[in-house]
Amino acid sequence: MTDAAPAVLAEGLTKKFGTFTAVDHLDLAIAVGEVVGFIGPNGAGKSTTIRMLCALLRPSAGRAVVAGFDVVHAAEQVRAHIGYMSQKFSLYGDLTVAENLRFFAGIYHVPHALYDERRRFAISMAGLEGRENALVRTLAGGWKQRLALGCAILHRPPVLFLDEPTSGVEPQARRQFWELIHRLAAERVTILVSTHYMEEAEYCNRIALIDRGRLVALGSPSELRRHELGGTLVALACAPLGAALAALRDAPGVAEAAIFGDRVHVLLSTGGLAAADLPGFLAARGVHADVAQPIAASLEDVFVRLVAGRARAEPAP
Amino acid sequence: MSLRRILALAFKEMLQVWRDPRSLAIALLMPLMQMVMLGYGVSLDIRHVPLCVFDQENSQASRAVVERFVASGWFAITAALDSNRAVSRAMDRASCIGAVVIPADFSRQLASTGTGPLQIVFDATDTNTTNIAMGYAQGVVALVTADLDARWTAARGIRPSGVGVVDLEPEVWFNEGLESRYFIIPGVVAVILALVGAQLTSLTVAREWERGTMEQLVSTPVTPFEVMAGKLLPYFLIGVIDAAFCLLAAIYWFGVPFRGSAGTLLLTTALFIVVVLAIGYLISVRVRSQLGASQVALLVTMLPTTLLSGYTFPIDQMPAPIRFLSLLVYPRYFVTILRAVFLKGSGLVELIGPVLGLVLYAVVVLWLAARAFRKRLD
Ligand SMILES: Nc1ncnc2c1ncn2[C@@H]1O[C@H](COP(=O)(O)OP(=O)(O)OP(=O)(O)O)[C@@H](O)[C@H]1O
Ligand SMILES: [Mg+2]
Repeated sequence: MTDAAPAVLAEGLTKKFGTFTAVDHLDLAIAVGEVVGFIGPNGAGKSTTIRMLCALLRPSAGRAVVAGFDVVHAAEQVRAHIGYMSQKFSLYGDLTVAENLRFFAGIYHVPHALYDERRRFAISMAGLEGRENALVRTLAGGWKQRLALGCAILHRPPVLFLDEPTSGVEPQARRQFWELIHRLAAERVTILVSTHYMEEAEYCNRIALIDRGRLVALGSPSELRRHELGGTLVALACAPLGAALAALRDAPGVAEAAIFGDRVHVLLSTGGLAAADLPGFLAARGVHADVAQPIAASLEDVFVRLVAGRARAEPAP
Repeated sequence: MSLRRILALAFKEMLQVWRDPRSLAIALLMPLMQMVMLGYGVSLDIRHVPLCVFDQENSQASRAVVERFVASGWFAITAALDSNRAVSRAMDRASCIGAVVIPADFSRQLASTGTGPLQIVFDATDTNTTNIAMGYAQGVVALVTADLDARWTAARGIRPSGVGVVDLEPEVWFNEGLESRYFIIPGVVAVILALVGAQLTSLTVAREWERGTMEQLVSTPVTPFEVMAGKLLPYFLIGVIDAAFCLLAAIYWFGVPFRGSAGTLLLTTALFIVVVLAIGYLISVRVRSQLGASQVALLVTMLPTTLLSGYTFPIDQMPAPIRFLSLLVYPRYFVTILRAVFLKGSGLVELIGPVLGLVLYAVVVLWLAARAFRKRLD
């Protein structure tokens, strides 16, 4: 595998469960050493895509190549070259830290000469020095997830698939986890990681946004912010929020409106209301509003716009 | 195939069993309890079958008959009653499972015809115990007859026809009953091993699907055969321990005579354990939920073993279609083998038929199980 060839390649990747299409003609190429964030609402098809790339689900159509191996025709080769953390925690809770590591080292055929060093690396990476003999189910979330990552990379796979590795983990432990991801990426490990946390999207080289089975955006965080908005974004504090939202969504020139905390973010396209018109427009509809402030788009704004825009264009069945 | 992976899996599984009270109980406590329950249920409890007596004559001769029942040791007289209604009420209340009814003209008929009509009524609810008790009752009656015969002929100045008639001891007469115990205990051993073995492995794969660890495991290069071997190995060791316990109990506790060779016994038992573990494993692979798998395993082992393996009902007395069906029931081969090894001292050569039956079974089920294991989630 040369560096020019992508570490992960999906072409027209599709998964149907009966008549329901969970993943719909997904195209994705991930370069070696890249960290790609996989983002999308619940049920968007993130786990299903990752499972196809791990050769756990058979694609209904399309193809995928991981670490140079086809996920259908060379499934075992794929499995030997990947590390996988499933969405559900999947170490053995009734085994100790050391026993879990020993088990996966045996399953992955880690050479005996290398095992000691890798075990120590995994334990220090997880911050579990001195707790080798603790049952894994007694560990807190952050430690569990770092240990699971340690187990998944015992055989030093070139490609890692992490399915929501930080869900339910407290913020500080989440940051530690992302530091580990970047340490691995620095060693040219290719990583596809799904997440629900928007701030984590900023940590990725590129973001793949998926909604109802379709890839709706792909690019670096700054690229997405620049290209995907197509208008001026303003924020205004107003009350009541619900009425404001309803009024704004029907207003001329408002491409998008969404609630963020106690404020409403409004995306204005050209040819309709201007930012300065908004308080007056809302006051006429019984909503008190402050002056609209122009703001820089966050990734969350971009995602909300993309996903909500799609929902309006083609309502869910 | 990788020995290292198999051992990693086996070691992991062993640790999990060791730390899981439920598995441990099934592995070690269940066979113990069942051996006691089933073993005693079919054998020793039969010593004091509760009987009541409705003696309408109350003569010396009739009391001698009752005395015989008590002296046999197989029966305990729980009540002396005075009407047929009282008898049926006692049986309804389950205070006895049978009654000896002696007519008012017992002695008179005996004196005039040489035969005394004696009625023994049994409650047929618990057919198994009833069958055995009836056998014993017949034995007692035969003894009584022999007694009376001897007296009757002696009274007429004729010497008894051979000392054997009067010298008969209950043990000799009851030999048939005892042998039915020898016959049943090996069957009990087979039933227990089938039940426990299939229960143990029926949980193993299903548990990992439920806990989510299987998704991780199938994402690795492990092969279906390695998973099967690694998971069966620890349960095989447990099965051997259970088998040793049950067989030793059969020999030393229940006193079943052992006339065969230990080697034959070990080999065939190991084979049988592989079969039952493989059946449980196959179920676990297919069902993927612990509760479902354990219930299917119970059904698949309990029903055919108790009904068809010949442990209670002799196979040659079954209707032909069911007899044919019983060829498919794996425990019957082992029951046949155990009885032959225990009671006849048969070796592998004589047992080639049932042994091959088990081998075939093991190969087919293992093959099916390895094939049924999918490394994909869909
Ligand atoms: N085995 C299956 N059979 C039928 N439908 C399925 C199956 N697995 C997933 N789905 C459906 O496919 C869709 C995509 O599911 P998937 O788990 O990939 O979403 P996700 O993006 O990972 O969501 P989440 O953020 O909740 O984890 C969902 O609607 C889900 O209900
Ligand atoms: Mg998911």
